Amino acid sequence: MSGERTTDTRQAQAPEDRTYPISDAEVAARAKALQSLLTEKGLISNDVIDKVVSAYESDIGPMLGAKVVARAWSDPEFKKLLLEDANAACEQLGIGGMQGEHMVVVENSAQVHNTVVCTLCSCYPWPVLGLPPNWYKYPQYRSRAVMEPRKVLKEEFGLDIDESVDISVWDSSAEVRYFVLPERPEGTEGMSQEELASLVTRDSMIGVGELRTPEQMR
Amino acid sequence: MNGVHDLGGMHGLGRVDVEADEPVFHNPWEKATFGILLATMGQGLYNLDEFRHGIEVMNPANYLTSSYYEHWLETMEKNLIEKGVIDQEALEAKTQEFLKNPEASVPQREDPELANNLSQLVRGGASSSREVSAEPRFGVGDRVRTRNVHPQGHTRLPRYVRGKQGVVGRVYDAFVLPDTNAHGEGENPEYVYCVRFDAKEVWGDSAEPREVVHVDLWESYLEPV
Repeated sequence: MSGERTTDTRQAQAPEDRTYPISDAEVAARAKALQSLLTEKGLISNDVIDKVVSAYESDIGPMLGAKVVARAWSDPEFKKLLLEDANAACEQLGIGGMQGEHMVVVENSAQVHNTVVCTLCSCYPWPVLGLPPNWYKYPQYRSRAVMEPRKVLKEEFGLDIDESVDISVWDSSAEVRYFVLPERPEGTEGMSQEELASLVTRDSMIGVGELRTPEQMR
Repeated sequence: MNGVHDLGGMHGLGRVDVEADEPVFHNPWEKATFGILLATMGQGLYNLDEFRHGIEVMNPANYLTSSYYEHWLETMEKNLIEKGVIDQEALEAKTQEFLKNPEASVPQREDPELANNLSQLVRGGASSSREVSAEPRFGVGDRVRTRNVHPQGHTRLPRYVRGKQGVVGRVYDAFVLPDTNAHGEGENPEYVYCVRFDAKEVWGDSAEPREVVHVDLWESYLEPV
């Protein structure tokens, strides 16, 4: 690790008459200004936004992770691979990519409940869950999930983890991206993979929410 | 750096605010900002570690009160100006134009080759794993202690686990070291370890019972016990 270095000269730099938060109008103007300058330089184009970014609004989202979970519940060989080499397993389903180059799946059980956070920023397994919601990226969850997870799960998400169950919190501080394999619920025998996938919520794969029940789906 | 972004264990920040039916992007400028990230980092104008550090050096009051994608805007402006890709005066002038004319549109340009390249990047990813000749210093089951270091620059060793003892749970690949890569000092890849900490070790008497925290840490963050 490097030793002491000169403090970055732009650290905490702000004109004295600057107040926060900055107005929506100013932020929007800055974004448009930046996009304009980069467009003039040939560094960005509209189809990057309209086609590439739009993929995260439609094609890349938690329904992909739900497919992975449903397959793992149905297929013991796939589940074994998923726990040993999540990327190889996901690639079998054509799932993978940016911010998921090194994924690790953590399995819930009767003994352990898993929860994922990024205390330092917002690291999240995009290829299986899409882009993270604001609550995951904002200071409240990031500060509290590592210190009082049982309380946060119960009071903020209505998820009551029994006292007898351990809670494992995974702080995604490097480039590994974690997601949770929830336990397959009872009463789902004989369900197809599509039906099983419909039970899997995004929040269950972060470790803050429950699965849907078969009853809820009827 | 011991910045406001290093939030693990902080008190007083309030309730978790869950927005019902939250859209992926709340407005067009958030979506454009995401596109700017893909295009600029995707074309190598700066790296991910520089991107993250640019957010960490934001004014702390701004960091805590701004929306998420504003952080991205701040760091991209900073990095692109510092790298000489855009000019600060030009950016400020153009911003004023859009403030005066909020309905004015951004110049239109299509670039199918760029869009295609970035689509492939989205699908293929950009791993920062690297081959190194050395063997990992630590193995699964080893007791380690995180170093009590407080670098001024970028690091991924959170404050809440400095000087703490844990057990190596997993040994990952060697990855680009953020502490140097964020400052133009090279990739210097090191093995990354998933280290398991008992909550009592980290939080003392404030720990919830039956809690364990796993943190992914570069080799130079760790010492043997």
